[in-house]
Amino acid sequence: MFEIVRKKQLNDSVVLMEVKAPFIAKKAQAGQFIIFRVDEQGERIPLTIADYDREAGTITIIFQTVGASTKELAELNEGDFIKDFVGPLGVASHFDEGIKKVAVVGGGVGCAIAYPQAKLLHSMGVSVDLIAGFRNKDIVILEDEMRAVCDNLIITTDDGSYAKKGFVTNALQEQIDAGVNYDLVVAIGPIPMMKFVCKVTEPHGIKTIVSLNPIMIDGTGMCGGCRVTVDGQIKFACVDGPDFDGHKVDFDELMRRNSTYQKAERERGCRLLNQEVK
Amino acid sequence: MANMSLEKVKMPEQDPNVRNKNFEEVALGYDEIMAMEEATRCLHCKNKPCVSGCPVNVRIPEFIEKVAAGDFAEAYRIITSTNALPAVCGRVCPQESQCEGKCVRGIKGEPVAIGRLERFVADWYMKNGTDKTEKPQSNGKKAAVIGAGPAGLSCAGDLARKGYQVTIFEAFHKAGGVLVYGIPEFRLPKKIVQKEIDKLSELGVTVETNMVIGKVLSVDELFEMGYEAVFIGSGAGLPSFLGIEGEGYIGVYSANEFLTRINLMKAYLDEYDTPIRHAKAVAVVGGGNVAMDAARSAKRLGAEHVYIVYRRSEAEMPARAEEIHHAKEEGIEFLLLTNPTKVLGNENSEVCGLECVKMELGEPDDSGRRRPQPIKGSEFVLDVDSVIMAVGTSPNPLLRTTTDGLEANRRGCLVADEETMKTTREGVYAGGDAVTGAATVILAMGAGKKAAAAIDEYLQNK
Repeated sequence: MFEIVRKKQLNDSVVLMEVKAPFIAKKAQAGQFIIFRVDEQGERIPLTIADYDREAGTITIIFQTVGASTKELAELNEGDFIKDFVGPLGVASHFDEGIKKVAVVGGGVGCAIAYPQAKLLHSMGVSVDLIAGFRNKDIVILEDEMRAVCDNLIITTDDGSYAKKGFVTNALQEQIDAGVNYDLVVAIGPIPMMKFVCKVTEPHGIKTIVSLNPIMIDGTGMCGGCRVTVDGQIKFACVDGPDFDGHKVDFDELMRRNSTYQKAERERGCRLLNQEVK
Repeated sequence: MANMSLEKVKMPEQDPNVRNKNFEEVALGYDEIMAMEEATRCLHCKNKPCVSGCPVNVRIPEFIEKVAAGDFAEAYRIITSTNALPAVCGRVCPQESQCEGKCVRGIKGEPVAIGRLERFVADWYMKNGTDKTEKPQSNGKKAAVIGAGPAGLSCAGDLARKGYQVTIFEAFHKAGGVLVYGIPEFRLPKKIVQKEIDKLSELGVTVETNMVIGKVLSVDELFEMGYEAVFIGSGAGLPSFLGIEGEGYIGVYSANEFLTRINLMKAYLDEYDTPIRHAKAVAVVGGGNVAMDAARSAKRLGAEHVYIVYRRSEAEMPARAEEIHHAKEEGIEFLLLTNPTKVLGNENSEVCGLECVKMELGEPDDSGRRRPQPIKGSEFVLDVDSVIMAVGTSPNPLLRTTTDGLEANRRGCLVADEETMKTTREGVYAGGDAVTGAATVILAMGAGKKAAAAIDEYLQNK
């Protein structure tokens, strides 16, 4: 059992939790993830490690309530326990020496994962532009935290209700057009966003790393539920990733595979709602 | 006077057309009278060929004698002196190629039903046994076991009996390995696995779940924490795919994923959160026990047609004869000498067919098995909406890539001495599928036992 020591609602649907998990906190690195199971009947769901505190022995997760399991998790409070919490899983992000200028691009709740990447790069002495995109003003998260770990924070909102109007891809394109020379782009967010960031960088030959989020069960390489096609080869995102070269990823296949259980998920979401009405 | 009947006493089973719609156990087990009657078929041979056929050398004629006399508690004591998981082994061992394969009664007629008797004794004891398991005297030494599958459980049990303080580190949220995620409820009820594991806890074995060794702790760190020996029983859980076109379509599963969703996550029960697709027609590719388990599970989820697609003939199938028989009874359709060439998908990228080619057996290959070859022009499309790949697994690279000095062979299997299970790293032993590649539960348990004996000797002399 793993205790929730801090809970903070970041916006209407995004929650931050700090979870006591000393073994994981000792080893966790940027880019890795955990798998949680809320209770005995629960499913196993992966979440990227947003931050860790080795001394306090805690792991920070930031998640959006998109379905039944994240909703159940969001209903827990400080002092409550999560049944299972396993990690750190996946390969830690690796950045080559000699990188000078990087754009880290985050979309929505993906900013929670872009944040530790930016933090790591920043601590390596790399100049970081952080481009964070949100649908509107109300759902902007982690603004101060992000500002602290980059040289230049560009926030975009789809509807222009806050900061710059447009998508992250527009902002990235503008930077490139303005002559900023990026050695690397790191993109984390919804799959279409990552796909289009790759479309922007490809003609310029800028290496682009994406963090993939396929369906997972065990997260240790024993089922292949999370398989993705990278450069024509089958890879298991849980052990070979989750970071991959975005120019080689088959995003369309990933998007389709992630829709496998849409119907079952909707029905279960509805069941939960009905229970509450009663 | 021995009972000279040529046939085993029949074991009651659920009717095939009832059981293929539920996940309850198929074979219902002997009652006391059936067990005593079957026990009298044993001739008590002097040279005991059956015992040499058992990888953990259960003292078979001795326990059978007690069953015949109705002293089931004593029979249990004899079995468990060498076998930590009798209720499991009695159910899932391929007895026809082990103990029963060597039974003298099998020369003319059926062998003694050793597996059914072992199962009966274990089940009887779970219901009626009274002895408390006594915690052995501690010898003050700590040993770590990586993986709570059959190899790890048997190694841990033996070490605990010798007085070691044993901790098992398990990556999943539940102990049991393939016994909980792989073998379905209808062959091996999970309640029974849990009871066997509880018995190990009574011996003082601690199980730490959610611990992926190689990630959260390294083997070196286990030694730093005071463990003086480490046994690796991490299995062969990495599934293979065929590499044919269309394996990314929705509805293509590895058997590991399909069975994990069903067995470990209980996706077939409404009150559990993990979803699974309910297909109308399913092709299971492969001919081993895992393929049979996947096919029979798919049928129970309501598929109208379930096909076993296997590229050789039935004689070459690695699955147990009994499982093939059960699968056929339940309506599984066998497409032998058939090889998949391409998964077909519809506009939503869901599986809508499996293109296959007919095969014929050619010359024997290196392994002595006749090599199947495609028959030109025999391609056809099987009308299915799900495909389950049960074409083998290999060891997960996690431990060998994170532990210095641990050698593996070309297939990724850890190198270990056949008798002592000692690896290339001092104090580190390994056994089960991690060493052999995918094999059987009882071979893994045998390896765990050997390793426990070798670890004991190593630490006694250290």
